Amino acid sequence: MTAVPTVLDERFRAAAAAEGLLDVAYDVLDDTPVGPLLVGVSDQGLCRVGFDPEPEAELERLARDFGPRVLRTPAALDRVRRELDEYFAGRRQAFDLDLDLRATPEFHRRVLAELNRVEYGRTTTYGTLAAQVGAPRAARAVGTVMNRNPLPIILPCHRVVGANGSLTGYGGGLDRKEWLLRLEGALL
Amino acid sequence: MARASLPPFELFYESHRGEVLAFLRRRAGRERADDLFQETFLRALRAYGRLEHGEHLRAWVLTIAGNAVIDAARRERPTAELAVEPSGEDERPAVEELAPLTDDLPPKERAAVVLRYGYDLDYDTIGAALGSNEQAARQAASAGVRRLRKQKEQR
Repeated sequence: MTAVPTVLDERFRAAAAAEGLLDVAYDVLDDTPVGPLLVGVSDQGLCRVGFDPEPEAELERLARDFGPRVLRTPAALDRVRRELDEYFAGRRQAFDLDLDLRATPEFHRRVLAELNRVEYGRTTTYGTLAAQVGAPRAARAVGTVMNRNPLPIILPCHRVVGANGSLTGYGGGLDRKEWLLRLEGALL
Repeated sequence: MARASLPPFELFYESHRGEVLAFLRRRAGRERADDLFQETFLRALRAYGRLEHGEHLRAWVLTIAGNAVIDAARRERPTAELAVEPSGEDERPAVEELAPLTDDLPPKERAAVVLRYGYDLDYDTIGAALGSNEQAARQAASAGVRRLRKQKEQR
């Protein structure tokens, strides 16, 4: 099989993004402190942050949710990469990115909007979030929303803990949750 | 049976980019193939969202590549006239030269001849593109060539 020279490959990917032909432009950030992260943007904004990316499954999911024109185009993720780098280095406390949550159900979006108000270095509980969206008995459902958060780190589900202060759970694994809370100074 | 669903473009691209580049180098030379590679996949990307299923993607992208070669040749020598005689495996006239000669062939033979000698596709791919198989594609191409020879003799 003929190997495609890197320069040719990169030129095509850049042209595809520059022409606005993609449903989702993505990249895998290989060396973040919380391991490899798959990040994707649509024409509306950031649409995916994924831990432990298994590329094929992730790409199938992106294609299903946003359309089949999904292509790895690192240049299109420059801004996301920069903001995440700053965050991991402790130099950024809030993200300034447009978000695309169109593939997320309405109740989930309401909970995530409330979650997005929890500030850097603070924590809240599942029950508190449930009450804030007017469903005080839905703490468990809020847990499900956190587990399916399409934009972890950016929408800070790591800041949600159990009523007794325990870390409870995290879609990306408890080690990552602990690391993020320590980074933010919410855990000593 | 359910039709194969359309894969994310990244997976399609990774599966076919090497073969497309090899095809373009054969057809257009190493230097021109670089530009045509990008042109081919940009064209594919523009059309990709409109595809309804993921079958015959290889034949599809090689056809796009073949068209990109032809369009580039037209841009470079718009009035060139070339003598063409599809006579065997080793002579593979470009499709722009071949297509008008095959106008009178039955549709399946015409498609097989054009895909084989114009686009340089193998019989397996042509069979897939025609919804039949490798052997039927070989027979159709061979019958098409025989018919072309006959037509030529009668002229």
